[in-house]
Amino acid sequence: MSEEVDAEIRTTHVLDLAAEGKRLDGRGPDEYRRITVEPGFVVTADGSALVRIGDTAVVAGIKLEPGKPFADTPNAGVLTTNAELIPLSSPTFEPGPPQPGAIEVSRVVDRAIRAAETIDLTRLCVTPGEKTWVCYTDIHVIDHSGNLIDASLLAAVTALAHATVPAKRFGVAESDYPLEVQHVPIECTFVRLGDTIVVDPTFDEERAAQGRLTVATDETGRIVAMQKGLVGAFSPDDVKETVRRAFRHGDTLRELARGAPP
Amino acid sequence: MGNVGAKEVPVLLSPEGLRIDGRRLDELRALRIQAGALHQADGSAFVEWGANKVVAAVYGPREVHPRHLQQNNKAVIQCRYNMAAFSVDERKRPGLDRRSQEISKVIGEAFESVVFAEEFPRTSIDIYIEVLQANAGTRCAGLVAASVALADAGIPMVDLLPAVAVGKIGGAIALDLKKEEDNFGEADLPMALVPQSGRLVLLQMEGHMTEEELARSLDLGVRGCREIYEKMKQALRERYAVGPVAGASA
Repeated sequence: MSEEVDAEIRTTHVLDLAAEGKRLDGRGPDEYRRITVEPGFVVTADGSALVRIGDTAVVAGIKLEPGKPFADTPNAGVLTTNAELIPLSSPTFEPGPPQPGAIEVSRVVDRAIRAAETIDLTRLCVTPGEKTWVCYTDIHVIDHSGNLIDASLLAAVTALAHATVPAKRFGVAESDYPLEVQHVPIECTFVRLGDTIVVDPTFDEERAAQGRLTVATDETGRIVAMQKGLVGAFSPDDVKETVRRAFRHGDTLRELARGAPP
Repeated sequence: MGNVGAKEVPVLLSPEGLRIDGRRLDELRALRIQAGALHQADGSAFVEWGANKVVAAVYGPREVHPRHLQQNNKAVIQCRYNMAAFSVDERKRPGLDRRSQEISKVIGEAFESVVFAEEFPRTSIDIYIEVLQANAGTRCAGLVAASVALADAGIPMVDLLPAVAVGKIGGAIALDLKKEEDNFGEADLPMALVPQSGRLVLLQMEGHMTEEELARSLDLGVRGCREIYEKMKQALRERYAVGPVAGASA
């Protein structure tokens, strides 16, 4: 089909440009597309955010409900992260059960939130062994123009940072209170295009990529999660350099996530 | 935020005949339509209608998946209406429940009634509707968004499909119910109109109404649809305006 021919031509073009140190949209190898963050986008959610990175758009919504803690962690709350790569967002997604791509986004985002101890889970506990808050983070990708991982985590942490625990509504406390966020993880994703490693890949760049690397950092200088994806390889030196770049971008993106309260 | 447990029926109509948000009985909620809101889709629209936020995308005509649905004499029209988990007060489990599947079906059939599907045999026209924030009337908001998205995708149709729900609250017939009115009202009647022919291609009803009330409801709904129709056309004009839009200084 013509779509495959088109993909082939674009891939070749992306790689040819990369060899000259250029990108399709004119960015430098270490430049993000324009990022906008809109907390409180969905009023039915307990916390939410619309994040745009270039033409990519992701909505994250938080819902908190009282539930039972897991038997092996009676003093801890429960966190669940789910990403929906709905067919609305891309011609490449089809309806049906979650594809491996959607599951990878969910898990990589979830891992960063968990490992960074974004939320102090013990503070979600109401009655040890009996009652705790269950915090659902649902991520809806609505426009897929590449780099879903960074956009999804940025939307998720922005939503968490602006979330309210609906304690009054569920009769758990006298009044609602803000959900406390103790750390803010940020994921930065890079792809290899020939000898260059570029940050914030577009859809075309991901398709042309010879390996993808995501690095999650927090504000205390910890690396909290990593994921190498797609076909391709990185040298240890590549990885070290990528981590340095991830810390630098992480600080900028974290400011956006915290932002001003809605 | 609804009170979990307690179900007190609120006063839906003031003695002056005004509704809980101050609207008159024949008044629509604020409606904002943005045509071409997404980048990947062939056509798209974002609709903010009262406290509803709905996005729609259209892909196609393109290859049919799954293959066996392909028709040799016309395009198949596939519609998927879905609600985000966080779009309602009580978190909804992600994925299509029976309600969403029924709505997908009736919306798809409404569009089949107006799209010139025979122009594109052996293809699929895929309509996706995502409800991000719900406050009653999401199927109508979805229809309006999808209709503008179809036009944005350049799909030939008899007409756009404005849609609105009419209901009965506190004994009175009211246009465009919001959530409290839908939850505590006596009837709900969503409809979609083909403005050119004056015919309805979507009609559902739940609740209690007399024959006379139904007749008035249909009249009111059709008038509401015509008002919405103008806003849909305006959204498309704004999207495709070349140079300064009429009214703006050059």
